[in-house]
Amino acid sequence: MRRQNHSRMSRTARVAALFSVFAIGASLVAVAAEEYPLATLRNSPIAKHPVPPAIPKVNNTDLRQARNYPEQPPVIPHTIRGYQIDLNANKCLTCHSRKATEQSQAPMVSVTHFMDRDGQVRTSVSPRRFFCTQCHVTQKQVNPLTENTFVDVDSVISGVIKKGN
Amino acid sequence: MRGFFNRLMERIKGYWRTLSTPSKYFSLGFLTIGGFIAGIVFWGAFNTALELTNTEEFCISCHEMRDNVFAELKPTIHYTNRSGVRATCPDCHVPHEWTDKIARKMAASKEVWGKIFGTISTREKFLEKRLELATREWDRFKANDSLECRNCHNFQYMDFTQQSKRAADHHERFLASKEKTCIDCHQGIAHQVPDLGKAASAR
Repeated sequence: MRRQNHSRMSRTARVAALFSVFAIGASLVAVAAEEYPLATLRNSPIAKHPVPPAIPKVNNTDLRQARNYPEQPPVIPHTIRGYQIDLNANKCLTCHSRKATEQSQAPMVSVTHFMDRDGQVRTSVSPRRFFCTQCHVTQKQVNPLTENTFVDVDSVISGVIKKGN
Repeated sequence: MRGFFNRLMERIKGYWRTLSTPSKYFSLGFLTIGGFIAGIVFWGAFNTALELTNTEEFCISCHEMRDNVFAELKPTIHYTNRSGVRATCPDCHVPHEWTDKIARKMAASKEVWGKIFGTISTREKFLEKRLELATREWDRFKANDSLECRNCHNFQYMDFTQQSKRAADHHERFLASKEKTCIDCHQGIAHQVPDLGKAASAR
């Protein structure tokens, strides 16, 4: 009898403890969601399947986009659906290779891509720079998930100069 | 040898005599109408059989096609796209006009040979041979001015304003001037491109 009573007590305690843990956890998630809007992209109860967002369209303007900083790999301003880039072939190079640019009028692959790791310029694109989409990506018509605080280097410099003045 | 030749000649002459002698038992009406009906039946059967070999089901009934080229076709725009219009194997690989079709079908009898002797019966054999196969198909398209593309994609009805700037520019410069044909640029759109390094070293 006594033993039973004891176990019941402990069960109540356990439930209470568990509940408080859940409560703290839930409030933490709420705080995180407020402070860091990207803490979760799910925004739906765990047991529910949220409707996935529509697949955005790829920008296909063919207009070159400015780079945000000099070393930025330029983004691809056209669709690349079904482009084969593998051991056998590289679809991008059918327009962007050195010889193809005369006909295609596409920008040539930068000469840095012809260099091997010792900086020696080779006759064609180096294997280590062969897989275009490792760095170059298409852009999609989407709203940024969070505010972007990136500042262009020119703005930074002009800001510093103004402050100095 | 000589005896055999004489006997053969005799037999042929016999056949010729039978064919050139007027019919002894059948009426002219039976022969003409019967011949006409038999002609329809034979022609119908021939055409049905021909069309049967001109379907995707027939093509992918061989594992060589199903597991290699057909599998590669599936993610491409000629298999799945927004409007649901799609190209099947014979749309691109068999001419639609009858004479060209028969010519292509006769050439394709070599594929039956390949099937029987397992020329590309494994993935490795296929990869080994695919440059040759692809080159043959590219040459065929070049020779007939990409006829099978143009069965659906008619230059006359292309609206350049609906194309991307790049596409419109290129079609205007190279296609309108007939400097190039479809396959010159649009290679590897329905199947993977084979090892082109090999092609370059072979040249």
